[in-house]
Amino acid sequence: MIKKTDVSITTWILIAFGTVNIAFLATGKLGFNGKGLGIITAVAITLAMYSFLYKDNPVFKIAENIFVGVAMGYSIIIVWFNILKPDVFEALIVPMFKDTGNAPQYLVIVPTLLGLFMFLRFSSKLSWLSRWSFAFIVGMGSGIAIPNFINAILLRQLEPMLAPLYTGSFWGTIDTLLVLIGVVSVLFYFFFSMEHKGVIGGVSVIGIWFLMIAFGASFGYTVMARMSLLIGRIQFLLKDWLGIIQ
Amino acid sequence: MEKLLKIDRRILFVLVALAVTIPLLFRFKMPVPPTRHVKSMYNKIDSLSEDSHVLISFDYDPSSKEELQPMAHALLHHCFKKNIKVIGMTLYPAGTGLAEKAIKEIGKEYGKKSGKDYVFLGFKAGSSLVIMNMGEDIYTAFQEDFYGKKTVGMQALKGVRSLRDIDYAVNLTASGIYEAWIVYGKEKYNFDLGVGCTAVMGPEMYPFIQSSQLTGFMGGLKGAAEYETLVGHKDRASAGMAPQSVVHVLVVCFILFGNFIYFASGRKK
Amino acid sequence: MNFLKRTVPMIIAFVMGVLMAFQYYVPHEASQNLLKVVTRWGMIISGFAMFIGAYSLFHMHWNRIKHKVSGWGYSIFMFFGAGIAIISGLYNGGELFWNDKQSGTMFDWIFDYVQVPAGATIFSILAFFMASAAYRTFRARNKEATILLISAIIVMLGRVPVGTMISQYIPIAADWIMTVPNLAAKRAILIGVSIGVIATSIKIIFGIEKAYLGGGD
Repeated sequence: MIKKTDVSITTWILIAFGTVNIAFLATGKLGFNGKGLGIITAVAITLAMYSFLYKDNPVFKIAENIFVGVAMGYSIIIVWFNILKPDVFEALIVPMFKDTGNAPQYLVIVPTLLGLFMFLRFSSKLSWLSRWSFAFIVGMGSGIAIPNFINAILLRQLEPMLAPLYTGSFWGTIDTLLVLIGVVSVLFYFFFSMEHKGVIGGVSVIGIWFLMIAFGASFGYTVMARMSLLIGRIQFLLKDWLGIIQ
Repeated sequence: MEKLLKIDRRILFVLVALAVTIPLLFRFKMPVPPTRHVKSMYNKIDSLSEDSHVLISFDYDPSSKEELQPMAHALLHHCFKKNIKVIGMTLYPAGTGLAEKAIKEIGKEYGKKSGKDYVFLGFKAGSSLVIMNMGEDIYTAFQEDFYGKKTVGMQALKGVRSLRDIDYAVNLTASGIYEAWIVYGKEKYNFDLGVGCTAVMGPEMYPFIQSSQLTGFMGGLKGAAEYETLVGHKDRASAGMAPQSVVHVLVVCFILFGNFIYFASGRKK
Repeated sequence: MNFLKRTVPMIIAFVMGVLMAFQYYVPHEASQNLLKVVTRWGMIISGFAMFIGAYSLFHMHWNRIKHKVSGWGYSIFMFFGAGIAIISGLYNGGELFWNDKQSGTMFDWIFDYVQVPAGATIFSILAFFMASAAYRTFRARNKEATILLISAIIVMLGRVPVGTMISQYIPIAADWIMTVPNLAAKRAILIGVSIGVIATSIKIIFGIEKAYLGGGD
């Protein structure tokens, strides 16, 4: 049910928005060109998105759906120009029918077929063929992951843990010891095959403390990240649109 | 007193908006002393000679643009100022528009030309597969650049065959792709890697810094502001430090005040 | 038929898995060429896979319109946005889609002035909700929550310039939190997750984990 007050608020905002932009266009502050009209469009979308802070409303939903559509449309076109056109169309298909000076790359037939098989997932009779494509990707990914993860994460992350505790300074040594205690205790906490009682229970409690400090730090950094995004948008409104800050 | 806890959230929203807007309007400046992790990245690029190759992977989309685009700008200013050849690419489809704009605009400021002083390779899907393919041969991974020009023989890529020939790689990331760069790139093909990440991901970088798998990292807008300070090109990130400080103090006040009321009212649920 | 439907994919996963795992240990040119070829194949398949996501999205919104689900009208705007982006991309500034991508076209305009502001703004809304949640729900209810809260406050102040202005020790404390307890916890999580990745990969290769095959026969 749309309230009368909401309609009047929307009307006033639209009038104010229209007046400001007409004034900007008339005075030349915003050019009557792609950039000027683009900034007005971007501001309209920004404000439509922020209208959600007042409450969920149709303007927000429309902007949200347009965004989802544009983002998907953009990805499709980028995939065409960056992958399918150079790696399939120009590498395999065009040289098969036209002399481009390059021989067709027949090896590309394999991934093209496997790629097309993926679409059969939506067919009731041939969906099993899509499994071949997924098996190829998943099998290959798994095989590649095993040695690389052992080397780059397990061994490389354990390496600093095997270094001597004494680092040359008292506090440095304490910190190294704390890192060692922290890693071991958190790993104990995540070890669910044994009941967390007695010594294991005690060690995993220390693990929880380490985790809590780390989660606190992550919360702090998350606040930082979200506020940065907001600062960026306010900078856009004040600088690029209203031009009241340099 | 408990009524204060049930305050309309829109009042809190207005306070947040004011905490960001007022410092931006009054432009009070705050010192941004560079931290050692950002300095390491800066020093690494600064130590490179002319015509060295720095690869920047712009692995983010508009949702994290406000944090990562200032980093990209600061890095590009540094590279172009030092006449370093920049190789740009992205593993995000929506990263193409942002990356292209950044390289093109900043390259123009320094009179740099596409194909000669820099190359933007565009987007490829498959993250870790792309990294490994580039590790074997950059020219099979990217047979053409973003504009459809053949990469073989391109002046900006002179002397580069694979990731092993890159002097420094920077992954600007908003997701776990940095891990793929470490696991399937840096460790496999042995090149120096730095990361510029969103602040949310900042805490995840510390184990990799200690194990020397990363040369340095920039975390969030603050990291970008530090790099801007080092390059001597203060821009949006530096301007954002005043509101960032004020809004952090506001959130801390919210937490403390919320807890004060909670305890004062007898810790009721 | 069951052989083609279930056994063949498991054979493909096994062969590819074992082949690629062994490839890592063979620094021969042929082995490197193999890696080059299959990773390129994987990249092309991943390109096709992106269309699966597109199909799912369009299918879902089409069904909403078709069955007149509550709020179906908004789905029309999704198709409108996608349509404009796709048409302008295919038109490619008059060069059409089989030629090289042109710069500065309507397609780029839509990205710069629709997708970028919308994407950036929608995530910045979270800033307001985080502040609100901090006020309403972030309580020192017990020992663990108190540790979390203190750590969060120190990091929040220590990581912005104002922290130094309040006390020179705040950034030092924040730095210590990041480089000692945070590092330890993150490293432990990293090791745990990696063991998980390796274990799952082994299960996939040997056909114990078959979720990727989906349901049905």
